Amino acid sequence: MTQQQTPVPQQQQPNLSTPLRARDHARAQGRTLVRAMPTIPASDAVDVPPGVAPADVVWDETLDAGDYCARVLKRGTRARLIDLDGDACANVLLYNADRPVERLNVADTVKVQWNAYLGPGNLLLSDMGRVLASITADTSGRHDTFCGASNERSNARKYGHGENHGPHPNARDRFALALAKFGLGRKDIPANVNFFKHVKVEPDGSLTFVGGVGAKGEYVELRAEMNVLLVVANTPHVLDPRPTYTASPLRVLAHRGPVTPPDDPVRTATPEALRAFENTEDYYLS
Amino acid sequence: MTAAAPAPPAATSAATSAPVTKQPPAEAPPGRIVYDFVIPARAPWSHVVRRDQTLRVIDLEGNQAVDCILYSAADPAERYSSCETIAAQRNIFLTTGTVLMSNEGNAMMTLTADTCGRHDTTGGACSCESNTLRYGHHTKHQHACVDNFLHELGKFGLGKRDMVSNINWFMNVPVEADGALGIVDGISGSGKYLDLRAEMDTLVVISNCPQINNPCNGFNPTPVRVVVTEAN
Repeated sequence: MTQQQTPVPQQQQPNLSTPLRARDHARAQGRTLVRAMPTIPASDAVDVPPGVAPADVVWDETLDAGDYCARVLKRGTRARLIDLDGDACANVLLYNADRPVERLNVADTVKVQWNAYLGPGNLLLSDMGRVLASITADTSGRHDTFCGASNERSNARKYGHGENHGPHPNARDRFALALAKFGLGRKDIPANVNFFKHVKVEPDGSLTFVGGVGAKGEYVELRAEMNVLLVVANTPHVLDPRPTYTASPLRVLAHRGPVTPPDDPVRTATPEALRAFENTEDYYLS
Repeated sequence: MTAAAPAPPAATSAATSAPVTKQPPAEAPPGRIVYDFVIPARAPWSHVVRRDQTLRVIDLEGNQAVDCILYSAADPAERYSSCETIAAQRNIFLTTGTVLMSNEGNAMMTLTADTCGRHDTTGGACSCESNTLRYGHHTKHQHACVDNFLHELGKFGLGKRDMVSNINWFMNVPVEADGALGIVDGISGSGKYLDLRAEMDTLVVISNCPQINNPCNGFNPTPVRVVVTEAN
């Protein structure tokens, strides 16, 4: 947001009195680099994980505070969410891209796995008993499955205003915009998960905001176990106590990979996980 | 969405409904009773509770999970949000004083009384599909709350897109220090109840949980009673 909202200082106002002058002025802006933007083509991405060929990178995009992105990822794709400067909050939703009425179910995700704190080897489950994605790497371990997305009201309470067009856009409105571009709407926003900001449940059920590790470059790797629509908003956690709207840049970096094999340790880790993978494989039979 | 409050609305599950109970609950709710119904074991139910009316939900036989989702009667795209409710009160348990919040940050209903102690909103609703993960593929065709919800929502033109993380009245889901979470033995009992004051006209949709594979219903689904009152 910051980048787009800061006008580029100009030496002097150019003469744009004709279409061709305006065209040249517009074209001269091409290839400008800012902190938060996609890498197109994705194969030009730098700092890719070891062993990943540039040609296998399918998506590289950096989100500043308040930014969002969404993308369909084929089954087997590995998507890294990278907390570049150690203070991002990745609000994440997942859908079956081929039939998005199937979507992330956070309640099933924590209930079926008997644990509310996500970490490496955990699954993100759909409401149809299948695995949308598995967490194949996680250097942070600081996540949240309880608090969901900020909305206009919650941001207004904390920051004075929370409208989507303002300086403190809320996660719910960002989700809605991302989804609108895939023909989905506000009804299609279920409970989400938040990566890099942990909330701890105390014995009496009360919540303590723990936040992130704070180290640069922490990442979570999601392996798409179905063809998924991944939606990400980098907005401050709804319980983040800081009075200023704070989220450092979040990079999304995805590359092609094979479909999970039968002997994969995540697939076979628990009886519940195995059945979730079996259900997923069964779905792709027909 | 226009069901009048006093008469059982068309949306009530007529085919499986139990007779309306004439006797007031043992501990009568305050005000005038305008609606009184026993939801049979395993059945869905819905009713529009008008602003300032109070809905009492009574666990008749004890340890009966009551899965519940709320929708704004005026605009069902606005509906209960477990996340918003949890974040607003900074606690995962629902009890007296809890304000049930919508996805747009508005108060929908307030828990004005609760003789059970606490209720769940993180465990979600059982489904045929998730049952296959939790218990095995042999449970695929058992009755489940998501099917109840979909059946009931269909009466209002609502569907699967309208399913969200729900409330489980009378269900006990602790979270331990390491994040361990599970549905454990209940803390409810026969006659325990809660009162919900509507802060907006609210479509209340309930699945009287049919689950038989875990302790949420004591392995024996039983009826629950719902009573709507308003000020005299």
